[in-house]
Amino acid sequence: MADLSVNICGIKSPNPFWLASAPPTNTGEQVMRGFDAGWGGAVWKTLGEPIVNVNSRFGAIDYSGTKVIGFNNIELITDRPLASNFKEIYEVKKRYPHNVVIVSLMVETKDEWQEIIKRSVDAGADGLELNFGCPHGMCERGMGSAVGEEPKVLQEITSWAKEFSNVPVFVKLSPNVTDIRDPGMAAVMGGCDGISLINTIKSIIGVDLDTLVPKPSVGKESTNGGYCGPAVKPIALHLLAVLGKDPKINVPISGIGGISTWQDAAEFIALGATTIQVCTAVMHYGYRIVEDLIDGLNNYLNNKGLKSVSELTGQAIPGFVDWGELDLNYDIIAKIDGDKCIGCGLCYVACLDGAHQCIHTQKGPCHGWHGEADHGFGPRTEVMPPLHHDGGVPAMSHVPFVDEEECIGCNLCMLVCPVPDCITMVEASHSESKKSWKDHVAKGSA
Amino acid sequence: MGNKTSSKPLLSPKRLERQFSDYKPLYSEAEALIEANRCINCYDAPCISACPTGIDIPAFIKKISTGNIIGSAKVIFEANMLGYSTGRVCPVEELCVGACVYNDLNSSPIQIGRLQHYAAKKAMEIEENTGKKLFPRSKRKSDKKVALIGAGPASLACAAYLALDGIEAVIFEKDTLPGGLNTTAVAPYKIQTEASIEEVNWILQHGVELKTGVEIGKDIALEKLIDEYEAVFIGIGLGMGKRLELKGNDSAAVWRATDLIRKIKNDPDFSLPDELNTVLIIGGGNTAIDISRELAMLGVKDVRLLYRRSRKEMPGYEHEMVEASRYGVRLVEHVTPLEIIRNGEQIKALKVKSTISNDIFDLPCDWVVEAVGQLKHVSKISPEIEVDDQGRVIVDAKTRRTSNPKVYAGGDCINGGKEVVNAAQDGREAAFDILRNLGISPSLHGEKYFKSFVSENKN
Ligand SMILES: Cc1cc2nc3c(=O)[nH]c(=O)nc-3n(C[C@H](O)[C@H](O)[C@H](O)COP(=O)(O)OP(=O)(O)OC[C@H]3O[C@@H](n4cnc5c(N)ncnc54)[C@H](O)[C@@H]3O)c2cc1C
Ligand SMILES: Cc1cc2nc3c(=O)[nH]c(=O)nc-3n(C[C@H](O)[C@H](O)[C@H](O)COP(=O)(O)O)c2cc1C
Ligand code: SF4
Ligand code: SF4
Ligand code: SF4
Repeated sequence: MADLSVNICGIKSPNPFWLASAPPTNTGEQVMRGFDAGWGGAVWKTLGEPIVNVNSRFGAIDYSGTKVIGFNNIELITDRPLASNFKEIYEVKKRYPHNVVIVSLMVETKDEWQEIIKRSVDAGADGLELNFGCPHGMCERGMGSAVGEEPKVLQEITSWAKEFSNVPVFVKLSPNVTDIRDPGMAAVMGGCDGISLINTIKSIIGVDLDTLVPKPSVGKESTNGGYCGPAVKPIALHLLAVLGKDPKINVPISGIGGISTWQDAAEFIALGATTIQVCTAVMHYGYRIVEDLIDGLNNYLNNKGLKSVSELTGQAIPGFVDWGELDLNYDIIAKIDGDKCIGCGLCYVACLDGAHQCIHTQKGPCHGWHGEADHGFGPRTEVMPPLHHDGGVPAMSHVPFVDEEECIGCNLCMLVCPVPDCITMVEASHSESKKSWKDHVAKGSA
Repeated sequence: MGNKTSSKPLLSPKRLERQFSDYKPLYSEAEALIEANRCINCYDAPCISACPTGIDIPAFIKKISTGNIIGSAKVIFEANMLGYSTGRVCPVEELCVGACVYNDLNSSPIQIGRLQHYAAKKAMEIEENTGKKLFPRSKRKSDKKVALIGAGPASLACAAYLALDGIEAVIFEKDTLPGGLNTTAVAPYKIQTEASIEEVNWILQHGVELKTGVEIGKDIALEKLIDEYEAVFIGIGLGMGKRLELKGNDSAAVWRATDLIRKIKNDPDFSLPDELNTVLIIGGGNTAIDISRELAMLGVKDVRLLYRRSRKEMPGYEHEMVEASRYGVRLVEHVTPLEIIRNGEQIKALKVKSTISNDIFDLPCDWVVEAVGQLKHVSKISPEIEVDDQGRVIVDAKTRRTSNPKVYAGGDCINGGKEVVNAAQDGREAAFDILRNLGISPSLHGEKYFKSFVSENKN
């Protein structure tokens, strides 16, 4: 068993998996069930002056029958009295001293910050998370992402929090900015101990085509919500890597956004996250998903020969570089495994219409033009189907083939092929030594 | 116009057919969505090439998955006006479903027929509820008339495409019920008479006229139709079931399979006798397998199929035989019938001979059913129509035109007995040729809906 425990800003957690501040951490009873299931920590549903929520408040995107690949909400912070929340936080910490409880906060004035931080620390919080990310509702009241999008204000409130708190302070960032380094630097300059990202992305999840009201609808109206769930993972990974790459951002990061499997978690950790937080996947499937998060991450670390999760942290960052540093001479081409191919033609049409017209079928070379509509371009090259290994007999007629001279190695066919490992991208033999755009410019040969 | 009342006979619910339930019931919306979303939308999909009418299957399935039922049904009907019944009765395992790429992934192929049934049925319901026609009839009404003989799938498909382009299409049917074998023969767990008639009515409402109870060659001469109409389409299917020349077969307990099936499907006064325990079916084709399964499903305990060669050589589909076995039908291979041993009207046994050992033995039974093919009967209409040595009407492979340029033919009478979907394709091809010859370019696709991506090499 690899060592999954982590230490973030001096806070020890049995594993890197935390419940994000959201409905799954609404009450003490829930958080305790989460800990029973195996979650290492929980960031309490954001506390502040209790608000009134609207209904409905969630929306989701389904794709080709898969439910909730993206999720959006217009829910605000806690709608329960502060006193009950603090009582429950106290109870949870007493019963689960080895699990982490971070209290998420969002108030307005300096006095309010002082007051709520004191009560949180007194209740036993292991750390605080300042919610500067909520992109709906609260920002209209000058809080949440209204702060996250204003580096100056963000820095000032962070420094207040540091002044009043004797436990670590995390700043949760909004992705709704042009350059994540601006709020990131502000948080660091305000003295934060760690950064959490991302909060949700401003979004309209859809429009009800019967009523023509955007979703989720509150009667005959709706408002922008915050987008999360599997679909936002790539955005979150990018923002994480940008901060992870920046030497001035010298605080640990808790990664959030679209994590639902151990692979997702491992990717966040490899790009520099020390802990990871999950909301949508738990809202969809329940606390039980943590079992495979732990099991899968452990098996992965064992297979990689890594003894602890910290050995994985940040391993993928050196490989994240500017485009100008990439090797212009690196050459790969697609190879189709004829024995695995089921003849669905998806690689063919994808390459024909969406890439470089270099996959052909044995019905004839792909001409890059259709039937009557001859635009005057002939086939780029005359290609013959490859012969089968034993020579002479052409390969199976339903298997398309790649014109290796023309293939530019873009990956598209491999991405659309429904059969695992049927199309692989292989390094072409004629690679020269590495040469990047920056090398070009440096040599003045641009 | 249209003799519609005669096509809506009151069907008594007492028919034995009504005791069967669909073996592939209409999908619910949820089921259809799940199945439709499994389709990976192949390009130049193999399932399309395997459908005799070339329906653009990935296109109609995709439309189901987006909730565009009307659009989905249009894709189906443009290629196959009998899309509703074929979705239910096609031997899909041998056709589209058998070609689905999922078979190569070792997982269950897309249930194309069931999705087709779903889209066609739902669209017909929407049409009925909204009054908005999927295919409004052409405004371009012509004074051209085409006669069609037989109201089976072949003529119905042909007539529909003709009517859509303004032709006055008149079907003559000798029976009281239209629909051909969909009404009288196809297994009741696939389609029942009501559904077949429903489809006929749907076709008729595109402006097709139906005259039932008129037998061409007897009530009206073919030559008269050729004189009075621009073109004539022959879609009369096959004739009566063949008989074996068995001694002792002149008993009411010896059946032709097609007659017995028709009783089960259409005759409200027909029931199986209580003391019916053992039925021997002679034959190895799909009709033999169908009637075996129907009798077994109706509660006959001992149903045996006697075939003169081995199971591998049976012309009937393996998947149908597997299904029949599930209901207790047993196959006796390598036997050939010799004589029916009787006790008055009653049968005592069937005397058979082993085709391997030549041993002769008696198989006690109550009924014997002969399922050994159907006769060809085109020559009965007119000796003028050229037939091949097996009695099939000779037609041009593309246009379905016979030796008489005004006469077309399609369906079982040209292919010797295939499937409903082949008849539908023949009807469509003939309709398009008739239209073109009348100077009308067909408003629906004249070729397979899917345009192949390989262009002819043109210089
Ligand atoms: C028992 C059985 C089960 C079958 N099961 C299936 C199945 O599951 N799936 C499938 O796809 N196919 C099945 N088939 C085959 C399918 O039914 C036929 O291929 C199809 O019906 C042929 O259509 P058709 O229009 O050519 O002929 P038919 O359906 O035979 O229609 C011909 C019509 O012409 C009429 N007619 C004949 N002579 C005249 C005349 N002189 N004047 C006026 N009218 C006339 C007849 O009364 C009949 O209504 C089955 C066939 C049988 C016998
Ligand atoms: C391979 C690829 C290259 C793209 N290149 C450009 C580009 O050069 N300029 C541009 O404005 N957008 C570019 N885009 C973005 C698209 O125009 C579009 O905004 C984006 O893909 C979102 O749309 P979609 O995901 O709904 O298709 C590119 C997208 C892809 C996938
Ligand atoms: S996408 Fe894959 S399975 Fe489909 S034709 Fe191409 S190589 Fe074969
Ligand atoms: S072969 Fe199967 S998966 Fe492919 S388009 Fe046809 S039904 Fe869909
Ligand atoms: S008509 Fe028959 S063969 Fe063609 S797609 Fe439909 S079910 Fe399959």
